[in-house]
Amino acid sequence: MRVLLFGTCLVDTFFPEVGEATVRLLRRFGATPVFPKGQTCCGQPAFNAGHEADARTAAAHFLSVFDGDDPIVTPSGSCAAMVKHHYPDLFRGDPRMLAKAERAGERIHELTQFLVHVARAHEAGLRGKGRITYHSSCHLTRSLGVREEPLLLLRSMKGATFVPMPDAGRCCGFGGTFMAKLPEISCALAEEKAVSIEATGADTVTGCDSGCLMNIADAMKRRGTAVRVAHLAQLLAEGL
Amino acid sequence: MSHGQTTLSFRENSVRALGDDALRAAMKQAADTFGTRRADAFAPVTAVEALRDRASAIREEVLKDLPGYVERFAASAARAGATVHRAKNATAAREIIARILSDRGAKRIVKGKSMVSEEVDLNAHLEAAGMEVVETDLGEYIIQMEGEAPSHIIVPAIHKNRRQVGKLFAERLGVPYSEDPQVLTKIARKALREKFLTADAGISGANFAAADTGSIVLFTNEGNGRMVTTVPPLHVAILSIEKMIPSLADLPDFIRLLPRSATGQPITSYVSVITGPRKPGDATGAKELHIVLLDNGRTEILAGESRDILKCIRCGACMNVCPVYRTVGGHSYGWTYPGPMGLILTALLTGMAKSHPVVDASTLCGACVEVCPVRVPLVPLILQLRRRKVREGFSGPMEKRGMALFGKVAASPFLFALGQRLAALFWPVVRVLGGKDVAGRLPAPARVPFRRKAS
Repeated sequence: MRVLLFGTCLVDTFFPEVGEATVRLLRRFGATPVFPKGQTCCGQPAFNAGHEADARTAAAHFLSVFDGDDPIVTPSGSCAAMVKHHYPDLFRGDPRMLAKAERAGERIHELTQFLVHVARAHEAGLRGKGRITYHSSCHLTRSLGVREEPLLLLRSMKGATFVPMPDAGRCCGFGGTFMAKLPEISCALAEEKAVSIEATGADTVTGCDSGCLMNIADAMKRRGTAVRVAHLAQLLAEGL
Repeated sequence: MSHGQTTLSFRENSVRALGDDALRAAMKQAADTFGTRRADAFAPVTAVEALRDRASAIREEVLKDLPGYVERFAASAARAGATVHRAKNATAAREIIARILSDRGAKRIVKGKSMVSEEVDLNAHLEAAGMEVVETDLGEYIIQMEGEAPSHIIVPAIHKNRRQVGKLFAERLGVPYSEDPQVLTKIARKALREKFLTADAGISGANFAAADTGSIVLFTNEGNGRMVTTVPPLHVAILSIEKMIPSLADLPDFIRLLPRSATGQPITSYVSVITGPRKPGDATGAKELHIVLLDNGRTEILAGESRDILKCIRCGACMNVCPVYRTVGGHSYGWTYPGPMGLILTALLTGMAKSHPVVDASTLCGACVEVCPVRVPLVPLILQLRRRKVREGFSGPMEKRGMALFGKVAASPFLFALGQRLAALFWPVVRVLGGKDVAGRLPAPARVPFRRKAS
């Protein structure tokens, strides 16, 4: 099955290893990932800050790059939610683009959605190691409704122990442009998250959004916390 | 509380709050407690989602014909013997209430908790007219003594710990220092009892107003609400027009939802339904009841794109779970209403020129939407206000140019890839130029971005 891979701007720029892990996972489960070279960013920074026209420019570009009928897979709950729930809002006045946006919303899968519902990767007996805790990111859960899929995958990993995090669903303070506009609060929230992670005694913290993981990694670096931060795609790919 | 036109300095306020360890500890403890209690309180309730749907539909119905419900309420309340006043704005509300009180020679006023009275800055106005105004809700009593405004719409002194209260009481009331909440409550009770018995008038807010019976409904816990509304000969209630419910028969749904959402109680200690003043043969009640219906911008909100905020029933659940609110507290928001519902109301009621920094005070995490008992679309409303902020030119020239550039880069794979290369190549410089608060928190860009590895 051919799937279009949306790497996201953060993975593309900062975390290519997450993209590579995603490709390996998709291939292992019988999909043929294709990376459309024209892709950039889904437009969230502009959208969340209220710059609708600039967000629409980014969204229109995304829709032209990811045109077609193939499923779209992305290792980010936040970007998937943007396409699924906010793209239609951006094109309310344009029936042709609205139809494209809605179609893209149906075609896009956050990686764990695809791995569980299409690839049934949680039944494949993937391997893992160590004590892993999980930050449940806001848009992934509350906007996209993906709560169980990452947990199913984590619990299925042979050799690893999943340790739930207290208040796993509390925001880490990233919030896209929020981190730049109100950095002090953003850091305070990330620090609170780091404290919760330390309390689990885990050696690895994982999640499904690179923005959150980046923010959490920064707070842990400041605190000197020796816990590895890795995207769930990386942990799963390591166990192939 | 400032009602001037100076811009609210949310970031500066929040930085100050972040440095206040006592505040942060108090906020965290309180927010955690309310969050847990709320979850526990809803656990035994069957069909919570259907209950929320119903309550949301009732509020929606009210908004569909708010002027009609306000008319019906006013007529019903008048029939029940209350005098109903309409206040277009804060000034009108203050003047109406001051006149009611001064016409009757009222000097000593006791007050129940009312955020609407905070919104119109009532106390300062009455005090300037030579009246003594005493807040009788324990939390309000504490912050009035401290000269502060409420930092939470339900728990006004949420930001204070018991040691601070003990110190305050010792200083102001001349009582021996204690940090035992029971002792402190007894001290306040004794001081307040005196005030209730000698008051000329009581002022309260209202949680709901039933259009069919003309009743106002108050949810309270300390008994002070009932004292304020029944002991003095004169009772003045101030409420904003969106507090309407079509019928008193709609109340049970809100009794099940509001206290659980607010404080995690299955019901408040008191639910008072006041229909007109004391009638012959009634055991209690004020001899005279005046109801002031405040518009103060609601009619305008109703006609606009943000009308759904008027569904809000002021339970405070959204602020208890808000990561921003629970970290920096209510005073950081700079106006009457804090947290998610508060920043929306602040922007709408005080205008974008004054409030635009506050609309940034959300990570858009959506925790508020999850708990709102009447399904106010809080995150979509915040996004809408941010779009308005940009439209009205309050996003700042730097941000505007930055986002325009972002749009161009996002629409051009060539520029995007070029930007990536430049950022990676000149990262040490970009890192410094981007500031320690932003670029300083990012990792270095990958030497080879994913797009050059992917097929």
